[in-house]
Amino acid sequence: MSTSIRFSGLARILHWLMAVMILTMLFVGVFMATTTGPAYYTLLSLHRPLGIAILLLALVRLTNRLLVPPPSLPDTMPPLQKAAALGSHVLLYALMIAMPLIGWGMLSAGNYPVIMWGGFHLPPILPHNPVLFATLRHLHTWLAILLFATILLHLAAALLHALILRDSVWPSMVSFRRTERDLP
Amino acid sequence: MKMLPDDRPGEPGIVFRLAVVGAVPLVLGLAFIGAAGWFSPHRLTQSTLMNTFQAVDGLHPGFRRNHAKGMCVTGWFESSGQAMHLSRATLFGPVRSPVIGRFALAGGMPYQNDAPAKVRSMALRIMPPDGAEWRMGINDIPVFPVRNVSEFNTFTLATRPDPRTGKPDPARMGAFVTTHPETAQAIALIKSRPITSGFANDTYNSLDSFLFVSPNGTTTPVRWAMVPEQARQQSEPRPDETHDGRDYLFTDLIAALARAPLRWHLMITPAEPGDPVADPALPWPSSRPQIDAGVLTLNAAESEDGGPCTNFTYDPLVLPSGITPSDDPIPAARSAAYARSLTLRSGEHKPPGAITPAMIRPGEKT
Repeated sequence: MSTSIRFSGLARILHWLMAVMILTMLFVGVFMATTTGPAYYTLLSLHRPLGIAILLLALVRLTNRLLVPPPSLPDTMPPLQKAAALGSHVLLYALMIAMPLIGWGMLSAGNYPVIMWGGFHLPPILPHNPVLFATLRHLHTWLAILLFATILLHLAAALLHALILRDSVWPSMVSFRRTERDLP
Repeated sequence: MKMLPDDRPGEPGIVFRLAVVGAVPLVLGLAFIGAAGWFSPHRLTQSTLMNTFQAVDGLHPGFRRNHAKGMCVTGWFESSGQAMHLSRATLFGPVRSPVIGRFALAGGMPYQNDAPAKVRSMALRIMPPDGAEWRMGINDIPVFPVRNVSEFNTFTLATRPDPRTGKPDPARMGAFVTTHPETAQAIALIKSRPITSGFANDTYNSLDSFLFVSPNGTTTPVRWAMVPEQARQQSEPRPDETHDGRDYLFTDLIAALARAPLRWHLMITPAEPGDPVADPALPWPSSRPQIDAGVLTLNAAESEDGGPCTNFTYDPLVLPSGITPSDDPIPAARSAAYARSLTLRSGEHKPPGAITPAMIRPGEKT
């Protein structure tokens, strides 16, 4: 924890960019898994490279989070709430990294080519094994639901900080204005 | 509420602000379950199609939900180079692509008896050295009986056995055909197709249209067929419709492959303006010129049990760069349904199939 009051510029940009990407991914995924319509192919073709992009950005973001400590949570927050905040962040990071890897592994196990775009493919990361495919396919669904539920809680907590508690938590991620307090 | 900061003048009150805290995630959550189809009970999902196959053919754990009775084959595809100007897919170039194929009977019953008029399919996974593979499942009928997946679902359900008789109710199919004249025409074409003596001398058609993308980016809608080099013989009635006859299509194919490799030519038909691309129930004029894109050679048979064609799907949308889907809605539905079928069957215990390793290599232990 540091004394700065905002997340670093890179952390804020990655947060909002990935928020859009991950929500898009979740909605595309849940629709794709329940349709037999013509959008299926288009959405699947988007889902694969977008997932890999999220994986790469999540690794950049995790590195940034470890190198540049996030702002401290306000002292007005009870320890249990602070623990919940930290726990939900750990879960979000874990899922951001795990979901694309499970998707990639699932396609590998199911003997599907992992097509990014055009003729560019990723290599398989797991052996061809249909039982593994079925397991990972189910895991991909359940963890997607867990990820979405965690995002809803994260959003509700953020709004609670913004509208009710009115502490430093909301501006630490939302504010993009330059302030004197940014200066070292 | 004493612990919370007081309302600020000119801003909405605490109740409103609390409502926003709850409402935003709630709306997002509702949108999510809406995307999952909770508010659209008539949406045709992968599960709908799985349930339809189960209603018609029963549940056969571990088997493909459709085209359940089948056998693996292997060989290779060698391009003639003549389709290179139509599609930049590398398998049309000067390479030899290994093939894992599968011959099957349409329908979800893995132990059904072979019979001349049952729809036969050839599924292919063509794997050029650069990994840009092409998968397809093609059939020995000239057109698909319906135009889209919703019709397919209703049509298939109409063939489900009546619990009283154990046979399809002709009135149900009659009602569908009456309201779908294009299906009536398609069924007439399907019924009048020449029925050959076996898998080896049969022609298999893509039915669906795809787009070939040329090296300079021009797209051409195409359909294709695998046309046999083996002499076409009309099917003859078998004297023995009992035990030995029940797998005769497969045992004939095993015997033919043991004698010599079997060859088919990949004949590509480019569409001309006005040809129905989006409607697989409509044929294209038979006068369309065809391009001989190369030769498929199959030289070995294997049982599905432990064979190389079991642990993946012949997803028609696993396409190389140079082939893309057209407006034909059926391949997307097949792609989605095959993925669901693979998930289901891979999590189930599969009993031995009809075509066992012992039938292919007598004397070997299975």
